[in-house]
Amino acid sequence: MKVLVCIKQVPDMESRFKVNGSGDWYDEADLAYRMNEYDEYAVEQAVQLKEQLGDAPDVTVLSIGPDRVGDALKKALAMGCDRAVHVQDPDSCRKDPWQIADIIASFAKGKDFDVIFTGMQSQDRGSAQVGVTVAERLGHNCTTTLVGFGYADGVVTAKRELEGGVKSVVKLPLPALVTCQLGLNVPRYPTLPNIMKAKKKEFLTVPAADLLSEQPAVATEKLYPPVKTGSAVVLEGDLAQIADRLLGILKEKTTVVK
Amino acid sequence: MKALLVCEQREGKILDTSYELVAFADRLGAEKVLVLVGKDAPKVDAKVYLADVDKFGEYNPDLHKQVVLEAIQKENPDYVVFVHSSYGWDLAPRVAASLKVGQVSEIVNIVDGKFELALCNAKLRRTVSPKGARAVLTIQAGAFNAVEASGSAQVEAIDAAGSTKLQFVGYEPAEKKDVDLGRAEIIVSAGRGVGKKENVSIIAELAKAFGGELGASRPVVDAGWVAHSHQVGTTGQTVSPKLYVACGISGAIQHLAGMKKSDFIVAINKDKDAPISEAADVMVVADVLQLAPVLMEKLRAA
Ligand SMILES: Cc1cc2nc3c(=O)[nH]c(=O)nc-3n(C[C@H](O)[C@H](O)[C@H](O)COP(=O)(O)OP(=O)(O)OC[C@H]3O[C@@H](n4cnc5c(N)ncnc54)[C@H](O)[C@@H]3O)c2cc1C
Repeated sequence: MKVLVCIKQVPDMESRFKVNGSGDWYDEADLAYRMNEYDEYAVEQAVQLKEQLGDAPDVTVLSIGPDRVGDALKKALAMGCDRAVHVQDPDSCRKDPWQIADIIASFAKGKDFDVIFTGMQSQDRGSAQVGVTVAERLGHNCTTTLVGFGYADGVVTAKRELEGGVKSVVKLPLPALVTCQLGLNVPRYPTLPNIMKAKKKEFLTVPAADLLSEQPAVATEKLYPPVKTGSAVVLEGDLAQIADRLLGILKEKTTVVK
Repeated sequence: MKALLVCEQREGKILDTSYELVAFADRLGAEKVLVLVGKDAPKVDAKVYLADVDKFGEYNPDLHKQVVLEAIQKENPDYVVFVHSSYGWDLAPRVAASLKVGQVSEIVNIVDGKFELALCNAKLRRTVSPKGARAVLTIQAGAFNAVEASGSAQVEAIDAAGSTKLQFVGYEPAEKKDVDLGRAEIIVSAGRGVGKKENVSIIAELAKAFGGELGASRPVVDAGWVAHSHQVGTTGQTVSPKLYVACGISGAIQHLAGMKKSDFIVAINKDKDAPISEAADVMVVADVLQLAPVLMEKLRAA
């Protein structure tokens, strides 16, 4: 069985974000990057599928972006993927989801991946489009927002998360693409021996230009910090003073703290 | 300008978010036509294309896509609009890909005719515009206040040909609750910022000192630190206590959606600019693990 996992590298969401000089993206300087949280579940599920089927399946992990995304790919290799494909694109932040999906679909075309895993969305952009669009382009069966994954006899059983804690169960035959939601599994930490082993695994690089054929479908006009409309009283400084002031406010403004 | 609004139902009940689509179309100033795979049409003074759910299935995006494409053929809309929900984000990209048009996801506002989106956990905003003459859009649930369900639709049955290999097996109801956050007057919630499982007990104690219940954000539940019945948010519970204290919670849309109707909101966060500050009445900038013991002492002394 051939498996593909698509991952993205994103900034730590606790960072301070500034608009870049050209006003069309965030300033990438001084940010710490990590694997997109949703994609960690995708990698883990791919590796679990491989373990379930014995060592035969072969798991390719792909990421698009500048040199730094090599770190995310190495982590995925250390988690158990077999080979990494780095689609080199220093300008990936300016590609819209339609183009990112085009790059992935062009890569996957003709390679007969049976199962493709992606995260349900990225933490920075959150479009939730790339996975489904890739499936459409390749003609794969597809479902989204998985909190449960099972595989037997050529059929994926997916548990989808809906609103309000309700879930639904869907079956889809291979070839299938699924997008992964938080909590699908417990992503493993790469161990030191596996990090060492990962260094020997195949690591391919492909320029994005070799795969991209689509123009952007959506244009960014402007990027800006949110206009502050909140009117929160801000309490800072000495802990005892903060606690006193907070309790004072609560006694005054609510009926439940006395 | 014309907008085709793709409405949603579950087990025979039209979801209220369908009326948020109507509100969005009104904000755009667009003529509206609705389409729904279901049994009954939404209550709205507009044309509604109704496809029989018995034929097209509760969840079958391959077939639902064909229904939407059929309605697009008949109406030639400028925009095809979905709610950014488990139904919408699943179906919208399929429609966009079939049409080979751009999609704008999770619109929170319309600014000077451009669509405004949140970026990086709402720490940044951006405006975008689709390039072609037609586009697929999804709107953030709750961002456009639903219009009242009233009016009488001009219902037209719609059919479409399509095939699918997907099989919808059924629904699983939400897990049974061991705590009813819906009734709590005070909720003190732990977020990922509490750092580790052992620290959740500090927040649980703080909740007790306030005389309230323990709530949690999703990562705390996903990590297995507390049971799902404590989760507040779109995929957890919607709550509206008299006091909500968010400890180490950044304020993602999906969390806010579950608690922003609380009467009074206190956020305790190390980061003054965390998006939760927009919803909070009091923003306490502090390490919650250091502040909690001090607060508890004062609450107990009172
Ligand atoms: C379809 C979907 C449904 C979802 N449903 C839900 C849902 O129902 N409920 C939900 O909560 N989420 C939900 N989410 C997830 C949501 O998008 C966020 O990932 C989640 O709410 C983040 O949780 P958090 O704020 O606890 O963690 P983070 O976003 O990681 O924030 C942690 C915060 O803690 C602060 N912090 C760190 N250390 C400290 C400290 N020592 N003291 C004080 N502050 C500290 C940081 O500054 C940061 O602001 C859903 C996501 C999707 C895609």
